[in-house]
Amino acid sequence: MEFHSQVLPNGLTVIAETNPHVHSVGIGFFVKTGSRDETPEVAGVSHFLEHMAFKGFGNMTADDVNQQFDDVGASYNASTSEEVTQFYAAILPEYLPKTFELLSGIIYPSLKEEDFKTEKQVILEEIGMYDDLPGFTVYEQAMAAHFRGHPLGQSILGTPESITALTAAQMRDYHADQYRAGNIILAVAGNTSWEEILELVDQYCAKWPAGGGKRSVFPAKTAPTRHFQLLSNIQQEHVMIMIPAPEAHSPDRYAADILAMIIGDDSNSRMFWDIIDPGHADSADFGYAEYDGSGAFLSYLAGSPEETAANLERIETILKQIAADGITDEELEQAKNKVSSRVVLSSERPMGRLASLGGNWLYREEYRAVKTDLETIQSITKDDLDALVKKWPLDLTTVYGLGPLEGV
Amino acid sequence: MNTSDTIESHKLDNGLTVLIQHMPAVQSAAYCLLIPAGSIYDRPGKNGTASVTCDMLTRGAGDRDSRQLAIAQDSLGLQSGESVQAKHIKFSGATLKDNLPASLEILADIARRPHFSESQFAPAVSSVKHSLLSIEDEPRQKVMIELKRRCEGLPWGKPTDGSLEDLPNISLDDVKQHFESCFRPEETIFGIAGNVDSAKTIETITKLFGDWKPGTEPEVEISPAGPDRDHIKLESTQTQIGLAYPSISINDPDYYTAWAAVSILSGGSSSRLFTEVREKRGLCYAVYATLGSLRDSGHVLCYAGTTVDRAQETLDVILQVINDLSQNITDEELNRCKAGAKSALIMQQESSSGRASRIARDWFLRDRVVTLDEIHDRLEAITPQKISDYLNSHPAEHLTLLTIGPTPLEIK
Repeated sequence: MEFHSQVLPNGLTVIAETNPHVHSVGIGFFVKTGSRDETPEVAGVSHFLEHMAFKGFGNMTADDVNQQFDDVGASYNASTSEEVTQFYAAILPEYLPKTFELLSGIIYPSLKEEDFKTEKQVILEEIGMYDDLPGFTVYEQAMAAHFRGHPLGQSILGTPESITALTAAQMRDYHADQYRAGNIILAVAGNTSWEEILELVDQYCAKWPAGGGKRSVFPAKTAPTRHFQLLSNIQQEHVMIMIPAPEAHSPDRYAADILAMIIGDDSNSRMFWDIIDPGHADSADFGYAEYDGSGAFLSYLAGSPEETAANLERIETILKQIAADGITDEELEQAKNKVSSRVVLSSERPMGRLASLGGNWLYREEYRAVKTDLETIQSITKDDLDALVKKWPLDLTTVYGLGPLEGV
Repeated sequence: MNTSDTIESHKLDNGLTVLIQHMPAVQSAAYCLLIPAGSIYDRPGKNGTASVTCDMLTRGAGDRDSRQLAIAQDSLGLQSGESVQAKHIKFSGATLKDNLPASLEILADIARRPHFSESQFAPAVSSVKHSLLSIEDEPRQKVMIELKRRCEGLPWGKPTDGSLEDLPNISLDDVKQHFESCFRPEETIFGIAGNVDSAKTIETITKLFGDWKPGTEPEVEISPAGPDRDHIKLESTQTQIGLAYPSISINDPDYYTAWAAVSILSGGSSSRLFTEVREKRGLCYAVYATLGSLRDSGHVLCYAGTTVDRAQETLDVILQVINDLSQNITDEELNRCKAGAKSALIMQQESSSGRASRIARDWFLRDRVVTLDEIHDRLEAITPQKISDYLNSHPAEHLTLLTIGPTPLEIK
């Protein structure tokens, strides 16, 4: 595997990890924009814009775009988070030029008024769909409560009101501000050559408008919040717990990943043995999420309402025990093995590498080979985890419930 | 087509089938073990027995209790899981190639020597109950489970996760009996894919599973399909629409033509359903159709979720698109299906776990593994005319419609 990188005069960053031993190529444009970069008047515009990208560019209509992606058998999609909008595809190497033309084209879309109106309905349907999925709704509401007053608390989808009121002109302004070459990273992984990538970049991206984004990054201030929202037409109580954790640039983020795995991985973790294995809940997990300037441990608990209070106590006990006594050598070894194996297995496919490649560059302008990741994981000690817990005490900060309970 | 897919098949004396695909370009090895103990063997009034059995398997087996099993698997970096399907309980796992033999030893304990201890029974039942309750909170998942029950009847439409009303009737003895009668080497299929040595792997499997005694297939519960129109009332934002109609089996000579027809209907973003329902009319976010073909039967299963006041229009448009499917099929549409299939097949070669489960499933459904070259040749032989002729002789009839939401819909 070989790594290459280059920054174009307009600011576009191009990175690639080429590998002749795989069958496919993964390609992704990572735009550093998401719900946190929106003003309240345009809440949900990043995600709506991601949909509009597929509605045509230049002389191409929406049908042309869909048909031409399917012509090359591309497995392609896009996604929007609080911080990143990404457009990606996996294809056979011979279709890279055509796929490149399409992907680079759609991120500068036509944004026609008529398409905007039709797609608005689809966005409203998507909001309606998530409205019926309490596991998703509780995440959005807990994020809003935990990051209250900070842009990270802003909803990705927006609300039916904000989407209904949004105009195509507002979307065009947002696009012109955020989709500048200096705010975009192109990542490529798999069976291609650096020369081929540079030629394509020169042909399709050299004329993109220069300039960067204008995200304001500042740490979130969080205060303990506890709220249970009554929703009586569902069976389970869904609870989200959030705790402050290291931000994306922190060297502590690997230790945070390992710690989260020990506490709440879906098998052989403390929460698994104390809550899932005895059959006290349907889900009880604990993970780590990194953001620009902030971070969070997120724990999701879902199960019958009668057991919710006892399960919350179990989680609190686990966190207190870890703060008091730390973790065991065996736990650390098993967690390291698990993470290492996941890194290796996911890296066998170009799409697996693409996510890691893009993410590392987006946040840290850093290339990490699989080997480097494995060495970092192996180097983590119990002292690192103890230090982490001292710096980021595992106190339940935000507890947000959704379901039949009115309070716990 | 350069596929390098040589698959070895080997039958042990007791009837267990081992399939091995050597993948020299990967560092991993994966397994997929299919044991014929799925939900179709749940006895009348005891739907969920396979689910509870599956949950009990990892709660102590061989010389290890549940915690020791999990620790042993983690120390091998093994990513594994067990799930219930209609016909089988499926065991899957992936790890670095050198750790495969040790991983198979643990698997043999779980599949052959589970403890089924009294103390673990209540937690297992509770765990199954929780996952059934979570389906109640996911109407888009529930509508398709209930649609299958209504369009296929029993045994194949029996919910794989179980049912809340039957769960209290299931005892530990039922679980033990399920295990005794269903876990047997004949009809068990072992798929292995990755950077492995075939001879050594067969030797390991023979050592671990060769002394497994054959049995006889238990009876399955049979009941007719229906009702073909049904509604489950729920105060929700969206109406969930599930629609099904009979199609052909995977072993029918026309299978690939039927597959191409569904692919034109709902294969990619340029497919007819996506274009007409979502792109042109903005009626919903999620709409799709799939071909669910089994050994001897098949159905086209169609889903859409849409807000209540647009649900009837959504259903009307879906039915219109399905009824018009045989008209004006173009070379371009067909070529897009072929391109998508070709890419997907080749990319599957990058994933050892994807291949392990594919070859095992192929063997179950067709009694052989289909090579990528063969699929390629079959697809190349399809023409727009053939699809059109197929659809005219197999129109969408005998529709089953199930909706979940505030108000029912009607087929006009």
